[in-house]
Amino acid sequence: MTDAVASVRLSRGPWATALRKLSRDNAAMVCLAVFCLIVILCLLAPAYASFANTDPFRSTLDATVEINGQQVPVMEQSTEGLGLGYTPIGPTWRLGSYFLGADNQGRDVMARLLYGGRNSLLIAGAATIITLVIATIVGLTAGFFGGITDTILSRILDVLWAFPVYLLAISLSIVLIAQGIDLGLIVLEAGSLWLPIFIIGIVYIPYIARPVRGQVLALRQSEFVLAAIGLGVPEHRILLRDILPNISTTLIVFAPLMLAINMLTEAALSFLSIGVQPPDASWGTIIQDGQGLLYTRPWVALAPGIAIALTVLVLNVLGDGLRDALDPRSKIRLGGD
Amino acid sequence: MKKWLLAGAAALLLTAMSGTSFAEYKAEHRGGTIRLLAKSAGGSLDPHINYTLQYWNLYQPTYDGLVTFKKAAGEEGFKIVPDLAEAIPAPDNGGKTYVFKLRKGIKFSDGRELGVKDVVASFQRIFKVSSPTSGSFFAGIVGADKCLAAPADCTLEGGVVGDEAAGTVTINITQPDAEFFQKIALPHAVILPADAPAKDAGTDIIPSTGPYMFTKYDPNKELVMERNPHFKVWSEEAQPDGYPDKVQYDFGLSEEAAVTAVQNGEADWVFDEIPADRLGEIGTKNKDQVHVTTLTAWWYLPMNTRLAPFDNEKARQAVAFAIDRNQMVKIFGGPVLAAPVCQVLPPGFPGHEPYCPFTKDPGAKWSAPDMEKAKQLVEESGTKGQKVTIIAEDRAVSKSIGVYLQSVLNELGYQAEVKPISANIQFTYIQNTNNKVQMSITQWYQDYPAASDFLYVLFGCESFHEGSDSSVNIAGFCDKEINDKMKKALELGVEDPVAANKMWAEIDKAVTDKAPAAALFTPKHLDFVSKRVGNFQFNSQYYWMVTQSWVQ
Repeated sequence: MTDAVASVRLSRGPWATALRKLSRDNAAMVCLAVFCLIVILCLLAPAYASFANTDPFRSTLDATVEINGQQVPVMEQSTEGLGLGYTPIGPTWRLGSYFLGADNQGRDVMARLLYGGRNSLLIAGAATIITLVIATIVGLTAGFFGGITDTILSRILDVLWAFPVYLLAISLSIVLIAQGIDLGLIVLEAGSLWLPIFIIGIVYIPYIARPVRGQVLALRQSEFVLAAIGLGVPEHRILLRDILPNISTTLIVFAPLMLAINMLTEAALSFLSIGVQPPDASWGTIIQDGQGLLYTRPWVALAPGIAIALTVLVLNVLGDGLRDALDPRSKIRLGGD
Repeated sequence: MKKWLLAGAAALLLTAMSGTSFAEYKAEHRGGTIRLLAKSAGGSLDPHINYTLQYWNLYQPTYDGLVTFKKAAGEEGFKIVPDLAEAIPAPDNGGKTYVFKLRKGIKFSDGRELGVKDVVASFQRIFKVSSPTSGSFFAGIVGADKCLAAPADCTLEGGVVGDEAAGTVTINITQPDAEFFQKIALPHAVILPADAPAKDAGTDIIPSTGPYMFTKYDPNKELVMERNPHFKVWSEEAQPDGYPDKVQYDFGLSEEAAVTAVQNGEADWVFDEIPADRLGEIGTKNKDQVHVTTLTAWWYLPMNTRLAPFDNEKARQAVAFAIDRNQMVKIFGGPVLAAPVCQVLPPGFPGHEPYCPFTKDPGAKWSAPDMEKAKQLVEESGTKGQKVTIIAEDRAVSKSIGVYLQSVLNELGYQAEVKPISANIQFTYIQNTNNKVQMSITQWYQDYPAASDFLYVLFGCESFHEGSDSSVNIAGFCDKEINDKMKKALELGVEDPVAANKMWAEIDKAVTDKAPAAALFTPKHLDFVSKRVGNFQFNSQYYWMVTQSWVQ
């Protein structure tokens, strides 16, 4: 009896244990810190634009900037030879004054990078929530109720899965981006940020719903669920109280990974002009803007490219850390507590 | 006095010599391979189907029509000269009948002699393959209505009649047409062998009559042109001999890589637009290899005259007043590559008289935007606060113009947004009224040098087709009075082209005043060639005359 009480006192519970394990994973914690820093910097975009006294959504082809006490045009016309073309100013490396230079419309790339990050994170985050919520509902329903419900839902997932994800996202975007969606209850105007969120959120549902369904199918046959059914516990209660908590670790592990994947998808769609619409920015649209300046002003495309790569990297490492922390078998693998 | 006469005679002789540049064929430059680059191929190689500048340019030294545009530099290239026909026939039957006498001894590249039956079959084929301009440029041929209704059974009975014995072809049209010769000089009316397939030939090669023939075409890789062994010069003006033995057109390289290849001497020319970030470099380091030529074209903003807010003339005029065309020019690459305009007809075009009502000081030239006047017009129109969507192409220049316009429209009091869509579909998308496009950004390049090709084609009532992807009157503009005047000008052109052009100038002003579209700028064309390319000549109709340049 004494031993049992002591063991209860010593147990921290699965969540606390996972958190403790995660906090001991240095790589994951560094990545979490970097991710938080990226989010904070992006949230400060309006403050930066105000500090830099710039409007990142407006063409400023005639703007000038002070460099070494001299007013220099942001768009410099070639004065040598035939005088062909204009080149935007390069990085000044001075915060608040075209730190990363200007794009082909004379806009401050640094300000757009921060605003673009906000949109990229918002789209990826919201799409991840949509994916996880819908996939969980579909996976739970299909796995728990089985039979015809499972057959119908699984075939719908199969159809979605049959399309290469980028092809499906591009097709939906091309159709919807100019027209918007009007489904009665859901009305998304053309050009709205919710369109890419909706599209990205939908295309990845099978990728989560499938493993969730598989897990639910296994849990449905477990003794505690059979006991609950035998005791006459209502089905919704079994789903919410017995099954959902058991699949929550899977969903938590998927969240940062989906966030990273969604961020890449958003960047790809925006790069193809079928994601975020101008003058709004996302990291994908800024890369596209910079594509025509790679030769003379590489930072316009490089900066958002680095931002995407860094964010995706930290999210992936964080996802690995979460998996290790939440997976009870990792204890055996790692040999820790 | 004698000295003056001698000088005058010498000048005349020099002028005459420069006018007949083809007589100066320099045999020492003959030979070699000229290598052209493009990011992608231009689609079907069938000259009756293809409607791209990329291949129209190459059809000039390969295929021939009854008449053609003169192979000469500059605006001289707008001149119509006889090609397979011995001469340009005088109109008969009140301008409704033309009898063409065919030259003898002209052979296709497969060795067969060209004859009357080939001409008749080729005109029928325009309809059988549903050539893109069969319903417009060639709809005036007698019997065309039946051919348009049932293309497979097209005979053009009574429209194109051949006489084998006399070696003549008679073409009857339903009403006099001042632009008849220009239309049949286009590649869609070139003469092909009578047994050419009655369907889009696609990548298959159809024998040609010019100094070159296509020998290989793989749209994913290359297009090759080599000398036609059966070609003999019959007219220096219509079809001069070329210099290179072979034209090798390679597809697949990006614009950036193509520019570098030309700089390194690995290729001789780039078809695609030079990337904006390379302009400064080639304009300085390679300035001797750059050729800039003004085009008869315009970039413009069609405003839908059938949808709010631009169903209100004052709202349209406000936009025309508010646009800073200097900014547009800057976006396009600067004053060397574009010039601001505010009327429909481009400079140097038949019927063009400088006119600009939408500028700070209205007159002949655009000077600066008049935002005050624009805001006043918006107030008067009662359209302030309305939503406006601008449809742009997803290419850098078009998108940048869209973002700039959005700022301007917002400043005028509208709630503007810009939507860039794929350049592959944008032009058809903005034409279809089902898409309810309020404003778009687009360009128009001449098919042939006639004022009607801009004014009647783009703003004539007959060019507007509800719910169709092929409604090139994008603004949906239809002013009965102006339309009647256009028809009168078309009729007048048959008898008196000079008077007709005066009339077109008035029409240009009337259309400009009504502002169904806001003119932005006239683009210039930039050709970037390798160091070894000599004798570069730019023809106003079909641009660089590739085979008139030499590479050795």
